[in-house]
Amino acid sequence: MTILANILVVFFIAAGLVFIVVSAIGLLRLPDLYTRAHAASKSSTLGVMCILLGVFLHFWLIRDHFNPTILLGILFLFITSPVGGHIMSRSSYIAGVKPWSGTVRDDLKPEIERMKKEQKIK
Amino acid sequence: MTYFLWAAIVIVVLTMVALLYRIVKGPTPSDRVVALDTIGVALICLVGLLSVVVDSSFFLEIILLLAILSFVGTIAFSKFIEKGDIITRDDSR
Repeated sequence: MTILANILVVFFIAAGLVFIVVSAIGLLRLPDLYTRAHAASKSSTLGVMCILLGVFLHFWLIRDHFNPTILLGILFLFITSPVGGHIMSRSSYIAGVKPWSGTVRDDLKPEIERMKKEQKIK
Repeated sequence: MTYFLWAAIVIVVLTMVALLYRIVKGPTPSDRVVALDTIGVALICLVGLLSVVVDSSFFLEIILLLAILSFVGTIAFSKFIEKGDIITRDDSR
């Protein structure tokens, strides 16, 4: 039984490590800010959730200590990390960070110009 | 099990070093904010793995604390980048 629990813990921690390493590689190699924020917010969220699930299972199954704080942390990260990624990308677009030169379509630009014009009229 | 956990800690630390390179080199301030947010996430992983290694559940409150502080810091930084101030003055009153 302990061996099964150990296998489960090792599996979750290894999956989380893979996702964390992939997000770091994405941050190093992707060309502009929006692709980097895409890699960082999604992959690292899943990675940290897997690792915390492994830690939770370790304390629950092996040490017999049910710890709801980790579950609360997983829930909080799942809610707030995509919100953080969205707000970072939005603020950098409004501050004028250019997308990558290979971008073919920019739907947000006419909308923001329209908003600025309306605010100037007001 | 212990060797695996130490290897995991070493991998997470190498990830943080790679993100530090992005913070040093990042062309715009927003790149540095994204990399700092990801460093906060890696720090949460590090606290979880270390609490498994030392086999004590006293550090597990720090995970929630770090998550909340990282979120608040990210929101404050991106609001500063977007508008130039963090707490907006209310002109309607």
